[in-house]
Amino acid sequence: MPDTLLFYLFATVAIGASALVIGQRNPMYSIMLLIASFGALSALYIQLDAPFVAMAQVVVYAGAIMVLFLFVVMLLNAPQEDAAEWDRTHPLRRPGVARFGALLAGLLIVELVWAFVRVNDANAAVAARGDVAEISSVRSVGRVLFTDYVFAFEATSILILVAMVGAVVLAAREEKR
Amino acid sequence: MDLQLLAQFVVCFAAFFMLVNASAVLVLAERKVMGFMQQRYGPYLVGPHGLLQPLADILKLLFKEELRPKGADKWLFTLAPIISVTAAFAAFAAVPWGAETTFFGLLDTPVKLGVADVNVAVLVVFAITSMGVYGIVLAGWSSNSKYSLLGGLRSSAQMISYELAYATALASVIMLAGSLSLRSVVDAQAGYWLGFIPRWYLFLQPLGFIIYVIAGVAETNRAPFDFPEAEQELVAGYNTEYSSVRFALFPQAEYINMTTMAAVATDLYLGGWHGPFLERYGLGWVWFLVKVGLILFAYIWVRWTVPRYRYDQLMQFGWKWLFPAAVLNLIATAAFILYFNA
Repeated sequence: MPDTLLFYLFATVAIGASALVIGQRNPMYSIMLLIASFGALSALYIQLDAPFVAMAQVVVYAGAIMVLFLFVVMLLNAPQEDAAEWDRTHPLRRPGVARFGALLAGLLIVELVWAFVRVNDANAAVAARGDVAEISSVRSVGRVLFTDYVFAFEATSILILVAMVGAVVLAAREEKR
Repeated sequence: MDLQLLAQFVVCFAAFFMLVNASAVLVLAERKVMGFMQQRYGPYLVGPHGLLQPLADILKLLFKEELRPKGADKWLFTLAPIISVTAAFAAFAAVPWGAETTFFGLLDTPVKLGVADVNVAVLVVFAITSMGVYGIVLAGWSSNSKYSLLGGLRSSAQMISYELAYATALASVIMLAGSLSLRSVVDAQAGYWLGFIPRWYLFLQPLGFIIYVIAGVAETNRAPFDFPEAEQELVAGYNTEYSSVRFALFPQAEYINMTTMAAVATDLYLGGWHGPFLERYGLGWVWFLVKVGLILFAYIWVRWTVPRYRYDQLMQFGWKWLFPAAVLNLIATAAFILYFNA
């Protein structure tokens, strides 16, 4: 019973915070709400017996990536989105954005339906593999990452490396001028 | 009432009590040690030998007027110190500080000393301490003051840079112990080599220990890496605009973070609560406190003897020396394990 209550609590926080992220005019608040949403998600992972995934979620997303977001917003000192001079509609209500958003929402619905259809398959797969806690343990995650998915893993790391080199090149060019 | 539950509660409360008081004791210790190093007395008037000085400080801070700058962001300005201190307290929850106790035979099954025994404790501590940076960054941004903003920006850059070296140093120890649980890491260090050298990871990972401690000092924003609050340049950095209790929460979070850092270092490198004599009587946690105390003393010692770096030096040191050293250490450790275990 308390498990179910906690699930609904964290699920509500995750969904509510995510909804508020796009409803905010102040980017700073959006970032904080996104962090809250990530925190709630990580709590849900813990409830699913996957503490490693939960902590990775906090370390990587809430800890590292969001600090970077915050850093950029602070550095640019992005003001509140005061559109008083030219356009009073909320950015989400502007036609172009709205169309793009509708497209994304449609894709999301398709994905969700697809995921729900496959829920039973996933459950069967988990049941076939045995203990849930064992599957999500650090050891098994590491083993799978370096055997079955080693190509995707290495490709991702190269992608990140390319982004880093690109950033350095851009920064160095700026300095020369 | 369930006696087992009560015992668990007592253990949790003990941890909380120790942390709250650690900040008070550390403030006093800091000023006393500083006084000693600068050949003066330090606080001497309140209570015997100035022992009640922290109490007087807290009372003073409680009764001070609470100010908020006009352009400050109301919500985030209030939230920032709360995030700082909550993250500091929460991180300690995953740190074990003793073996098991039955409270001198009162309980049937022994209670583990530590708030929560998590099997990914190292990651939990790391994740929650990395949340602490938000307190500082938000404090810097929401104050609407250039000194605060600069302090907050520096802090985020510094913490991102040193977290890498810190995590890599942690990874080497995790590989040696083969577990992410701090309790198993400590248990892997029980016993002696050749009968008298304790099996501490300090002796297997001397470089890792040095990297951990340096990165730890930078993570907790202590001198010589205290750029977020470099007073010569930034008045007081991120907490310039804070006063009263809200201000008090920042140094408190800093001291609690120091304690957590020292406690984790003790668990990872110094054998935790293992030591001669005392363990037999179930008093291993005394060893733990002694080791943590020694590391904290070293922290204070460094602060008052080493001058502050320059900011670009800090970044260069972090990225060009500390991080590569940590990676080399990790690779060497992996090779070592493969060679001796295969």
